[in-house]
Amino acid sequence: MEYEPVIGLEIHAQLLTDAKIFCGCSTKFGGSPNSHTCQICLGMPGVLPVLNRKVVEYTIRMGLATHCRINEECNFARKNYFYPDLPKGYQISQYAYPLAEHGYVDIELETGRKRIGITRIHMEEDAGKLLHDEHNPSSYVDLNRTGVPLIEIVSEPDIRSAEEASDYLRRLHEILVYLEICDGNMEEGSFRCDANVSIRPKGQDAFGTRTELKNMNSFRNVQRALEYEIKRQQYILEGGHEVVQETRLWDDTAGVTHSMRSKEEAHDYRYFPDPDLVTVALSREWVEEILKDQPELPLEKRERFVRDYQIPAYDAGVLTTSRALADYYEEVVRLTGQPKTASNWVMGEILRFLNEEKKDIAACPITPQALADMILLIEAGTISGKIAKEVIEEMYKTGKPAKAIIAEKGLVQITDEAALARVVSEVMAANPNQLSQYRGGKEKLFGYFVGQVMKATQGKANPQLINDLLKKMLAG
Amino acid sequence: MKIKKDEVTHVAHLARLEFTEAETEKFTSQMNDILMYMEMLNRVDTAGVAPMTHAIAQKNAFRDDRVLESLPREETLANAPDARGDFFRVPKVID
Amino acid sequence: MELNQLTIHELQEKMKAGETTSTDIVQSVFRRIDAVEKDVHAYILLTREAALEQAAHADGEIRKGRFQALTGIPIALKDLLCTRGVTTTCASRILHNYVPPYDATVVEKLRAAGAVFTGKTNMDEFAMGSSTETSWFGITRNPWDLERIPGGSSGGSAAAVAADECIAAIGSDTGGSIRQPAALCGVVGMKPTYGRVSRFGLVAFASSLDQIGPFTRDVEDCAILMNVIAGYDPKESTSVPAEVPDYRQYVSRGIDGWTVGIPREYFIEGIDAEVLEAVQRSVKVVEGLGAKCTEISLPHTEYCLAVYYIVAPAEASSNLARYDGVKYGFRSQDGRDLLDMYKKSRSAGFGAEVKRRIMLGTYVLSSGYYDAYYKKASQVRALIKRDFDEAFKSCDVILTPTTPTPAFRVGEKTDDPMQMYLSDIFTISTNLAGIPGIAVPCGFTRGGLPIGVQFLAGHMGEAKLMQIAGAYEKSAHLEKRRPNL
Repeated sequence: MEYEPVIGLEIHAQLLTDAKIFCGCSTKFGGSPNSHTCQICLGMPGVLPVLNRKVVEYTIRMGLATHCRINEECNFARKNYFYPDLPKGYQISQYAYPLAEHGYVDIELETGRKRIGITRIHMEEDAGKLLHDEHNPSSYVDLNRTGVPLIEIVSEPDIRSAEEASDYLRRLHEILVYLEICDGNMEEGSFRCDANVSIRPKGQDAFGTRTELKNMNSFRNVQRALEYEIKRQQYILEGGHEVVQETRLWDDTAGVTHSMRSKEEAHDYRYFPDPDLVTVALSREWVEEILKDQPELPLEKRERFVRDYQIPAYDAGVLTTSRALADYYEEVVRLTGQPKTASNWVMGEILRFLNEEKKDIAACPITPQALADMILLIEAGTISGKIAKEVIEEMYKTGKPAKAIIAEKGLVQITDEAALARVVSEVMAANPNQLSQYRGGKEKLFGYFVGQVMKATQGKANPQLINDLLKKMLAG
Repeated sequence: MKIKKDEVTHVAHLARLEFTEAETEKFTSQMNDILMYMEMLNRVDTAGVAPMTHAIAQKNAFRDDRVLESLPREETLANAPDARGDFFRVPKVID
Repeated sequence: MELNQLTIHELQEKMKAGETTSTDIVQSVFRRIDAVEKDVHAYILLTREAALEQAAHADGEIRKGRFQALTGIPIALKDLLCTRGVTTTCASRILHNYVPPYDATVVEKLRAAGAVFTGKTNMDEFAMGSSTETSWFGITRNPWDLERIPGGSSGGSAAAVAADECIAAIGSDTGGSIRQPAALCGVVGMKPTYGRVSRFGLVAFASSLDQIGPFTRDVEDCAILMNVIAGYDPKESTSVPAEVPDYRQYVSRGIDGWTVGIPREYFIEGIDAEVLEAVQRSVKVVEGLGAKCTEISLPHTEYCLAVYYIVAPAEASSNLARYDGVKYGFRSQDGRDLLDMYKKSRSAGFGAEVKRRIMLGTYVLSSGYYDAYYKKASQVRALIKRDFDEAFKSCDVILTPTTPTPAFRVGEKTDDPMQMYLSDIFTISTNLAGIPGIAVPCGFTRGGLPIGVQFLAGHMGEAKLMQIAGAYEKSAHLEKRRPNL
């Protein structure tokens, strides 16, 4: 029996606002415990929430970027349950009337493009953190994180493999980071993923029993956890048993999922509209204003690069891994008019230097202008491509412009034909054996002569000229 | 009977309350009286009536994305029944 | 007359004329407290030292010729209002030692207007009650008859004003908790339009129904207080961004030519005969002032109680979930683990009525019951509001009794929750619709118990209420009595 997995993902992304969703406390990560809290996010008696407008704006952006319908009105609801990291005893979230619905994201598979539906995107507040004591039965509560704004993105159960899930996750992550509304840091918890997994016999319409997976704190772990869970469920069904509907936690060290069992009995959240918050009306004007201001998204950018710059899809992919990198590349193209060359230098040397130092494009000591200048010097014949590789390394190390480095080191390309002809003659004279072998038919030795001339000119000879001269002069 | 004793016990658990046997009996009886009284709402025709969840018509009450001063930690923890260092301490959840 | 028996406006005139000082007034009030508080028990906490300091400061301001709206006037605050640095208990064991790090917006406004605070008044626990018998700190007694209740939940504030233990007081009203005790204690009490007065810092009971309002000796004082406490607050999402008129301007305008609606559904079997008589006399007074009294119908009145006792407990069950022994308040030391700690703390920390309402509220919101109860009640609520919207198309204000009976005896209704709930039948509709209402003394029973008449106005109609209540008060020619304490 062949089984097919049915997967839906729920992503929680922390929004990069300065202040929390319902109060003015800072959202900065890593503050000392209970130092970014006020009476409002602490849920003290008598306090009331007021919605941070930026949270709505960011959520609209994400809705637009994923082709959702932005609802005309949306409301907040209370999700009631007891836990020490939830000071009010309820989480303010959205239930019946979310901000955005019915969108999609396209992922690239080997078999082509696939569309993953997005059921809804809504706003809610984050909870605090609970630290557990190893040695005695206590837990410690830090409420800094309570009230940090979150968006929850729920996908349709359209995903059919762990790999598709990983792609979808990366796609969403990329969009969020591109929009600059989330920093996408899974380790720090600003980007979290839970999954709903079930399997069914291929061809069957009805869904199988699903389990909820939590505690997957990296892209790799999401994929591993899903792969494991799919196998686990398959094993159960093949053995003639039934999958139990439950929540399971991924155990990274053991590489398995564990049941959370009865501790997590089905919650009755008793959702009802929050009477302390009023309806959010999203006027067409407001949404259109945001749309006007919306940055170009990664998928569109990649397609445009391929189309307009005639570079391969793979290159477009690398160059758009971050908005900053894409902007850098485009600036170089703008200044040089040479997209292919620019792509080679950015993907080659620039990224190599940055990766070695684990740095970001923002930290690159070579500005787009500086790189463009160097490329133009190659085009003008001032230096050869080979020499340029030396030059760019110096540029990166010292931050000096290409022109200065070339002058300092005397790297200007030799284009004087007469001078080069003299060098070629000297080389020919110094290598009589190779010369006669070449003239005798060993054409491979051409490269040897090129190498020798290059050595004699310390690489500064114009390669094209060398080629032409050697061809002429070696022939006798 | 609108509500039975075991339902009352379940509701108590949801609300994180506990009652003696006698209290549960009394609550069950009182809640039944009250819920029976609520039955009268079924006489009202509410077809097409939007639920009224707010007493005002306003929409869009917002705040700016501006950081304001938080409470000093001492004040945050001042009322805590059990504070340890910078944290609130609670008994652990038993698995 | 003692200083503690005068109104805000009378005392202000005396202070301006140099005939008295805030310190004198405050001392007079505390002398009265020392004499009668042991019998009335209107207060949970007295803040004598701070009050005298505030009075001294006020006197300094007055000497410099600087007068704010309430400079030097001693006001009592219901212990449901957060006061920075001063315990705010909500009359509950679960908050018996809670000290807020902030002031409620209304408290800030009163402070800025120069008010002096005498203390925090007693109330039903978490504002859930109609008799102030559920307070963890003991009951408050009606100054007119110490064997009877003062009403609730703001019983302490009403009794304090009636017993001259403060000049005016602030309470809160979710289903009648200002108007009912005002009527039972013979003072003026107003519930503003929902959103007119900021709820920030008012410990929440039922968020879509709660409002803060004043208890005063006369309508003019009510207008003075409303001028101070009303207004938009950006810290509350449900605050109405509308200008505050000068309510004092309306108190003496009269109501010639007005139409006053008398809803037939409020004049039913079960109203005490003397209450009915007194309210009917009020109708005559109103007619004598040039208004036309006409019978109207508010057809969904009979459902108000049922709607209220679904909506209010539902919201309350959620609002009170924060009292879990983790961050503030009472925590039981007997809890074996987290779950046990929650249950023991909440069960020991809350009184019976609060627990009953939490249970009711949790039940009506729970899985499978939401549509049948909460959603249905919210729909009927919309119809109740519609009734009022219709009525106000043809009336300026509505006149009703405030309570079905005068003050009942201590312990008389504590065994039967439904009986207790029925004492709110005339006030509850106002909160459901979000409209303003005022209770004004309209007479006494032959046994000497106060009776109050209630006026209701449309959304943001406080000025209209000042107008009719002011006119009524002047013409009703009620005997000036004081409780025999």
